[in-house]
Amino acid sequence: MENVVELKGVAKNFKGFSVNNMNLQVKQGFVTGFIGANGAGKSTTIKMIMNLLKPDVGEVKIFGLDYATHEKAIKERIGFVYDGNVFFEGLNLKDIKRIVGPAYKKWDDALFYQYVEQFKLPLNKAIKTFSKGMQMKASLAVALSHHAELIIMDEPTAGLDPIFRRELLDLLQELMLDGSRTIFFSTHITTDLDRIADYIAFIQNGELVFTQSIHEVAETYALVKGGMDLLDRDTEKAFVHVHPAPTGFEALTDNIKAVNTIFGDSVVIERASLEEIMYYMKGRKSYV
Amino acid sequence: MQIILSNSSKEPIYEQITHQIKSSILSGDLKNGAALPSMRQLAKDLQISVITTKRAYEELEKAGFIYSIVGKGSFVAEQNLEVMRERKLKAIEEQLSAVIMNSKEIGLSLDELQQLLKILHEE
Repeated sequence: MENVVELKGVAKNFKGFSVNNMNLQVKQGFVTGFIGANGAGKSTTIKMIMNLLKPDVGEVKIFGLDYATHEKAIKERIGFVYDGNVFFEGLNLKDIKRIVGPAYKKWDDALFYQYVEQFKLPLNKAIKTFSKGMQMKASLAVALSHHAELIIMDEPTAGLDPIFRRELLDLLQELMLDGSRTIFFSTHITTDLDRIADYIAFIQNGELVFTQSIHEVAETYALVKGGMDLLDRDTEKAFVHVHPAPTGFEALTDNIKAVNTIFGDSVVIERASLEEIMYYMKGRKSYV
Repeated sequence: MQIILSNSSKEPIYEQITHQIKSSILSGDLKNGAALPSMRQLAKDLQISVITTKRAYEELEKAGFIYSIVGKGSFVAEQNLEVMRERKLKAIEEQLSAVIMNSKEIGLSLDELQQLLKILHEE
């Protein structure tokens, strides 16, 4: 099984918003980062992967199984971390363990306590007294304590300070030492992904723009800078979007070879960051 | 094994890794048959993605510097070192020939050339 998550032709319509024809694959043993602007459809997609929302059309397969017949088996193998607090606020971690633990066949008390200690979480204090970072850690400790093969996180780093974000990334890398484990997480803090993501899935206006390895992304997209005199209707075709300025233009290309052929040494070509790709794709001609 | 990555370098990270491992092998710091850390361990140590170390190892394998055994890991390839040394030596010979030709064109003597090489080598 190479794809742990497979969405085929999935669509979901809401009033004024829809996710269309989503074909998404998440490869086993790797970290896939799910990026997109606020409201692009990230959470909707994750909810469909978690079977919290049913797609109008299309097929959702997790571990090669479908929810209709294997819901319990699938959920056993997933660790889910939401943004924000999902537990009853008045409960402490001991209570939560007592409630959540028995729901999983592979629940591991020792592992749970190990994470609680590693994350320095109090066992007897109500969740509502936890800081945002601690709530996130609590949620993660619970998700990791039943030996999940697939870890899905919705905006795990949103609202966290840079130090804790780094700690979280370190922890995720430690988890990835086990080659059978897969991580899928959504974020709009793209610098988190520069470090640990193997694949990037990019969603915009409810449509998946691409799913590529970080190498493919680096080899496909580039930032091009040059003088305004170089631009005309023909040469502009090499770009996804151009940002003109009196001092010269900056543009995103998805065809580095064409840019090399057309402009040669007269332009500066730089690596485009994920943030830059997101920004320029947003301004893409077809969407204006 | 020491690897130092630069985030500001134009060279992609996976190439920085292949280059540094290659030169460790060529310089003899990494000996024949020596075990390399697993791709996943190296990714964690370098704080980069697994796919990057995977690509670096794949390139090294393609170039014959290392070999991998499923379930056991990656190792420095053996027969290759001599061949690589010879290839490098040949490249050096060619470059030196070019240097000699250039020196002759402007009438630089062997002594002067040796002097120059010495200064540059010490830098």
